[in-house]
Amino acid sequence: MSSVADATSPDLRAELTGSEIVLKALVDQGVELIFGYPGGAVLPIYDALFQQNALRHILVRQEGGAVHAAEGYARSTGKVGVVLVTSGPGATNAVTGLTDALMDSIPVICLTGQVPTHLIGNDAFQEADTTGITRPCTKHNYLVKDVRQLARVMHEAFHVATSGRPGPVVIDLPKDVLFAKGPYVGPEAVKHRSYNPRRVPEQARIAEAVDLLMKAKRPIVYGGGGIINSGPDASRLVTEFVRRSGFPCTLTLMGLGAVPAADPHFLGMLGMHGSYEANMAMHDCDVMFAVGSRFDDRVTGRLNAFSPNSRKIHVDIDPSSINKNVRVEVPIVGDVAETMKAILAEWDRRRAEPDRKSLATWWEQIESWRARKCFAFAQGADVIKPQYAVQRLYELTKDRETFITTEVGQHQMWAAQLYRFERPNRWMTSGGLGTMGYGLPAAMGVQLAHPDALVVDVAGEASTLMNIQELSTIVQYRLPVKVFILNNRYMGMVRQWQELLHGNRYSESYMDALPDFVKLAEAFGCVGLRCARPGDLDGVIREMMANGRPTVVDVAVDEKENCFPMIPSGAAHNEMILGPSGKDSPGKPVSEEGMVLV
Amino acid sequence: MPPQQPIERHTISVIADNEPGVLARIVGLFSGRGYNIESLTVAETDASEHLSRFTIVTSGTPMVIEQIKSQLDRLVPVHRVRDMTLGGPHVERELALLKVVATGEKRVESLRLADVFRAKVIDSTIQSFVFEITGATDKVNAFIDILRPLGLVEVSRTGVAAIARGTEAM
Repeated sequence: MSSVADATSPDLRAELTGSEIVLKALVDQGVELIFGYPGGAVLPIYDALFQQNALRHILVRQEGGAVHAAEGYARSTGKVGVVLVTSGPGATNAVTGLTDALMDSIPVICLTGQVPTHLIGNDAFQEADTTGITRPCTKHNYLVKDVRQLARVMHEAFHVATSGRPGPVVIDLPKDVLFAKGPYVGPEAVKHRSYNPRRVPEQARIAEAVDLLMKAKRPIVYGGGGIINSGPDASRLVTEFVRRSGFPCTLTLMGLGAVPAADPHFLGMLGMHGSYEANMAMHDCDVMFAVGSRFDDRVTGRLNAFSPNSRKIHVDIDPSSINKNVRVEVPIVGDVAETMKAILAEWDRRRAEPDRKSLATWWEQIESWRARKCFAFAQGADVIKPQYAVQRLYELTKDRETFITTEVGQHQMWAAQLYRFERPNRWMTSGGLGTMGYGLPAAMGVQLAHPDALVVDVAGEASTLMNIQELSTIVQYRLPVKVFILNNRYMGMVRQWQELLHGNRYSESYMDALPDFVKLAEAFGCVGLRCARPGDLDGVIREMMANGRPTVVDVAVDEKENCFPMIPSGAAHNEMILGPSGKDSPGKPVSEEGMVLV
Repeated sequence: MPPQQPIERHTISVIADNEPGVLARIVGLFSGRGYNIESLTVAETDASEHLSRFTIVTSGTPMVIEQIKSQLDRLVPVHRVRDMTLGGPHVERELALLKVVATGEKRVESLRLADVFRAKVIDSTIQSFVFEITGATDKVNAFIDILRPLGLVEVSRTGVAAIARGTEAM
């Protein structure tokens, strides 16, 4: 008995309080920065934070902002974003961000305070069933009722958040556990019994994949956010494969930057507001090589018309992503970088040479689609087209180290279409959940990780207002974040759908009583700039870039502009609407089946 | 809409850490993703290792069944998932306790049928019996149906437990 106890029993001299264990574990995991907001249940942690210098705490203005900031930090660095919030409302405010991180596979650790263990279930002040509430919106969560388990849980949480398909993990910390003393164990001591995701793919599958790729006549590489999550090597290897094979490549919203936009093989983003050439190539291809993408409904359009004549290879680290929406011939469970290494090795071993003749014919076809210049727009002399604003932003910022975040809506799609990303981790957007209010706090997280870079939140006026309070955080920490608002006075995407689906009845989509964004910015201590004429745009962007201060730019854009091309919901890739008139489009009006889809 | 696949019924066994919330994780996965649970049986099966075994009877198209298994396997505390229906021969049993309140000929008949179904009497009063029956779901259903006109007033069932035939262990 005693020998067993000795092996696990704490060295009493080395005992720490729960709060100290939390902070020590964070430091041992390489965390430098946490985003949080104090409250009663987490006061012990804040007290411990006060007495140390290893961790920097960023005080947000609402817990939702903390999670998005952590997401921006994580997405732009490849590290874990860490959040610290109190019990009850602190935890419930974090729920949207956690769901966002789950949908977009972002590694986030969220520490939530909890009422003391003896009060759990008692409807105590600021009590919420945090593990119950966050179970479906986290990759995993923990309620730590015993301080002796705390160090292990902390390290295990980091392992779960970062390995396999990354995601958010909540650790709920009752206040008495934070005061109690217990032993500390380091990260190396923790090994998980049941959770060990596969990284290295099966060689047999690699051979099958290369068989298919070598014989392809009309291939396409369809890459997603999994490439970004796998790390810079994955982007490099996918790009190498694309260049060596000569295959065309498209990327999802989450995958932008994985293959350089300047590469001639890159066809632009695909999906609902993707490029004509990317969607047509997806529809007509004979071999589809899906890498770290998940056949999301924004990408596939109508499922029974999705790429009807192709055989499909799907690389994903999450087996549940494979054969979920679309049946594939070659499923490969593995990390993107590991899998691409294996594919390239097999490619070399066989001295593989793609069918160059067929590929040339295929490229001719693709070029004819490309020639339609689906993202073209006509900029007049008076009103700024939102596309023009994004394009000028790109042209003027492309030579600097620039990170772009977005809110959600039309401006997000225009940014995705027209801002060109040459490297991974430069583009932060809420893809899966579509969370308005994501971009401003995310930009804050990015700027903290990259103090010298230019960080721009391409925003809409409606989304910006959803987390506007974070301007205060930005000012407090002197973060020179730029909020570039494409202000059309509408919830543009809602209005666009009302035009297409609901007979132009703009139910509640007009933003009446908007604030004066310049004065608002100034009230927070930021610089406010306004621009309403195309000729002034470059000057305003330059001023924004040069001032070194947090800046809100209110760009008044064409109020009625819509985002095209568009695959209406319930339509297929080859039924895209290319422009507002519809006369230029092979598409048809939205079907009744499509009406009920979102 | 994707082409309609036939609905199949599968029995899935899951070994998971016996820790707080693990049942909620599994049940929440089914409700959150719109999967069916026809029956669910769970108990700790290895006290020293703190492992529980879940037996879930579910129905769906082959693609949905595959999703269910992948989604279960993805849960952090889950060790192993096995589709008993696809995994080769296996046996399934459930236990039911049935209360019949009757007198006279109905009472005698229920006792006779219990004998036919190899059910045991585990409680009796002069007006009632409680029968215990063990068997595959179909057999339990048949016994319940046959008792209904004979004064069946209450049913308690465990749901299915399943195990593979032969030497192989999960």
